[in-house]
Amino acid sequence: MTRQMNTHAAYLDPILNHCQCNVHDLLQILRQAQEHYGYIHPDAIDYLSEVLALPRAKIEGVASFYSLLYLKPHGEYRVLFSDNITDRMLGNIDLMNSLCSQLWVEPGKVSEDGLLWVNTTSCTGMCDQGPALLVNNIAINRLTAERVSAICELIRERVPLPSWPAEFFAIENNIRRKDILLNSDFESGSALAAMLQRGALETLQEVKISKLRGRGGAGFSTGSKWEFCRAAAGEQHYVVCNADEGEPGTFKDRVLLNSYADMMFEGMTLCGHIIDAKKGFLYLRGEYRYLLDHLQAVLQRRRQQGLLGSNILGHAGFDFDIEIHLGAGAYICGEESALIESLEGKRGTPRNRPPYPVTCGYLNQPTVVNNVETFAAASLVALHGGAWYAGIGTEISSGTKILSVSGDCERPGLYEFPFGVTVAEVLADCGARNTQAVQVSGPSGVCVAANEFDRRIGFEDIPTAGAFMVFNQSRDMFEVARNFVQFFAHESCGFCTPCRVGTSLLGNMMNKLAQGHGSPYDFAEIEKLNVLLQSTSHCGLGQSACNPVLDTIAKFRPAYDQRMMHTEFVPAFDLDHALSQARRMTGRDDTGAHLERDHDTR
Amino acid sequence: MTQDNISNPTTFMLDNKIIPFSEGQTIIQAAMAAGEYIPHLCYNPEFKPHGSCKVCTVKANGRQAASCTQLAQADMVVESNTQQINDERRALLQMLFVEGNHFCPSCEKSGNCELQATAYALEMMSPHFDHFSPNRPLDASHPEYLLDFNRCILCSLCVRASRDVDGKNVFALSERGIKTQLIVNAKSGKLGDTDFSDQDKAAHVCPVGVIIKKRVGFTIPIGERAFDVNPISVSPHPVKKGA
Amino acid sequence: MNAPAKPKLRMATATLAGCFGCHMSFLDIDERLFDLIELVEFDRSPLTDIKHCGPCDIGLIEGGLCNAENVHVLREFRANCKILIAVGACAINGGLPAQRNHFPLSLILEEVYHAQHGLVDGFIPNDPELPLPLDKVHPLHEVVKIDYFIPGCPPSGDTIWKVLTDLLAGREPELGHALLHYD
Repeated sequence: MTRQMNTHAAYLDPILNHCQCNVHDLLQILRQAQEHYGYIHPDAIDYLSEVLALPRAKIEGVASFYSLLYLKPHGEYRVLFSDNITDRMLGNIDLMNSLCSQLWVEPGKVSEDGLLWVNTTSCTGMCDQGPALLVNNIAINRLTAERVSAICELIRERVPLPSWPAEFFAIENNIRRKDILLNSDFESGSALAAMLQRGALETLQEVKISKLRGRGGAGFSTGSKWEFCRAAAGEQHYVVCNADEGEPGTFKDRVLLNSYADMMFEGMTLCGHIIDAKKGFLYLRGEYRYLLDHLQAVLQRRRQQGLLGSNILGHAGFDFDIEIHLGAGAYICGEESALIESLEGKRGTPRNRPPYPVTCGYLNQPTVVNNVETFAAASLVALHGGAWYAGIGTEISSGTKILSVSGDCERPGLYEFPFGVTVAEVLADCGARNTQAVQVSGPSGVCVAANEFDRRIGFEDIPTAGAFMVFNQSRDMFEVARNFVQFFAHESCGFCTPCRVGTSLLGNMMNKLAQGHGSPYDFAEIEKLNVLLQSTSHCGLGQSACNPVLDTIAKFRPAYDQRMMHTEFVPAFDLDHALSQARRMTGRDDTGAHLERDHDTR
Repeated sequence: MTQDNISNPTTFMLDNKIIPFSEGQTIIQAAMAAGEYIPHLCYNPEFKPHGSCKVCTVKANGRQAASCTQLAQADMVVESNTQQINDERRALLQMLFVEGNHFCPSCEKSGNCELQATAYALEMMSPHFDHFSPNRPLDASHPEYLLDFNRCILCSLCVRASRDVDGKNVFALSERGIKTQLIVNAKSGKLGDTDFSDQDKAAHVCPVGVIIKKRVGFTIPIGERAFDVNPISVSPHPVKKGA
Repeated sequence: MNAPAKPKLRMATATLAGCFGCHMSFLDIDERLFDLIELVEFDRSPLTDIKHCGPCDIGLIEGGLCNAENVHVLREFRANCKILIAVGACAINGGLPAQRNHFPLSLILEEVYHAQHGLVDGFIPNDPELPLPLDKVHPLHEVVKIDYFIPGCPPSGDTIWKVLTDLLAGREPELGHALLHYD
């Protein structure tokens, strides 16, 4: 098919023109192309392949990597229920089943009339106001049976999304405790002015003095990262803000992006000046698509205010601008090298490291990748000085940390505390009672049991990206771990053998225990797999995929013991059930048509 | 061995043997140059290291690392042929066996297959885990070649060869996680609709039995094939017929 | 004075969803059968025609599990054998019979008994004497714990002999390059 004849050119050309046919924008092109059709049409791929001079297999390879992009028709309404453990605790599965039965569909299958497709998806970052879902990538929270029935009616009547009741799409900030960051009356431009007055190198010095560390969880010194990047040779330097907030239970960036975007963009701009970058990217997770227009408007206003663009604040040669890239449903892109691959329009596979992004990042150029909260905090440092910031928090962990509190508590939401706060203090503040455990920093973090509630949030004790999921005594910690293991299996990028196969094997073994087929043999197998995943996986996802299992085995062993229904090995599947198809086909139901269960059930 | 040798800036220790290396060499490159075998699958000396199969994992200065991507460093102490590491490698091979459908007796590549030969070298007696039994189709559309995706271990050597050597991009990886699969660059998804040919490097790099030349599968009988004759540890990359 | 004769070990063998090729290969140990018979006594086996397995030291099973009867036999062996050995490709990964795993069983039965050309009024046999097929063919280790594996299609007589003699001598079986084959 020639370029002129392709019927998809009409909507693809503006998208392609806007990005000047840059192949590194492939993911952005695909995402926008899908917004026109609900999926990426095979003929559209013909066209993109020709115009971008990319092999179609590469385009298909990229599109199929991301769970929110579709290469086949997926219905007019694509309804994805968030499936974090906090959604589970609020009854998301019952609500999904109710929606499915009201609309006569099966989860995971497009309805025959092509009207809708219903499935689950990884945590959508609405744990403080779940259960949550995405309909055509737009978030709806606080689901109830009534709201689900109303949604069914709207879908049945084919009401277009913009005409759905506005309150369905309302998203609360739920800020419960403010400290220096959430309380600051930050004026846009003030931090940049302070930097220009002080000087770029002097401001870098202040960032170092502040002892600010990365808020994504790993806690690398922000000043050192900027300094390394500044010193690294390259044709261009880049600033990247990681807003791919995919760690289940984390939602603080959602609020920062919604109400503190200026602080974050200003932090990026500061960094740009310090490392001599002209361009920055905000990598926004696809689940936060609803924030895009707002963020674009903030960027536009900042350009008008002279805070972005050429000669920022009249300072000759201070040129910097920010582009927003959206993800499309891939947790792994929160890993910085995978994020960079994704920014370059590729599959989000973590790179071999070293080299690290500070020397070899976006387009193999020196790149700073920092968390939303880190950039916002950097603005405060530029404004108030490093010593002021270093005086808050603890010796090792300066400043404050914003926690995303969810689960079994009266007041879920955002809590900003100086570092060093104990788990118990947070629990008291959020109104948690009879707490059995807290999962700090999400599935890849640490599960804290009641006897450890005096432990402190901070790099010296419990480092965290922000998630703080509370489980009371009624919760089954085995099911918590199982939900997390399924999450990792779903989000494994598939690059390395141990993570690709191992996370699925681990998920199957946890299912085996859950279904009552467990024995000490399986328990030993789980422990062996944990060691293998930790020692041989390519990146942090595989290495931490077994953390929830290791932690809950160590701290909540009875939850596993009660699943060891057998003393000897039994199969993972039900042998009698394995005969059911044959029984149906032959019409037999005699004794010989059944297989007894294994006998040693306790 | 003398103390001088140990602290030589251009050597490291591999299982108590001194291995010389030059700047920029990875552990596996230096080891193989010194005639030391480290089990591997996605690594092929002719291509840029990929680091995905993790079978070449060693313990370098006490930390596990893929020896195909880890640069050799002076005085590094590398453990490779130990019970613990070989147990881990065997488990990784078992994962690859249960992930796909590997029925050696009916595979034309049997005896020339690097997955099988590496499993022999690590004395893998069973696949150990429960099988995933994925449903993967065959592609016999090409006049000269057959694709049997059941045996794919996602090493991406064919992707790299077609892209970097042949300049054709016939293959790519799609999907993710346990669903990751090899795809063909055609709207039909069929190899017969691409410009793939016997002259391509990609036709001759598959370490397993995915890319199979038609009508020659049994010219060399089972029992007389490369790894039937020599263990893979002795001859890791025997010259391939037709390459 | 002669030491009292060492009591013979008891050994059983069976074929499940296999082709008896592994048993044929077992017989390929040829005259070494005489040595073996000095050391072991056969319980249930196609060689003895004993129908049910009693307490044994070693059980050899060829073939995977494709139907209910296979499961009964495997369970009987597991319950009675101190050491249970999976012999051959089918026992270890399902082998040739497992090639049907990509099709739903209903489709297969339909194809075989109804849709085949020339079948008029075909019906799926439903005699209670017949074992029902499982929806998938499974290797042995997915259903019971297996102690040792002898790969090969079939493993050679020498391979089987090596494993048996190692075990009878109280050694961990070790095959090495010459004897370890999956094909």
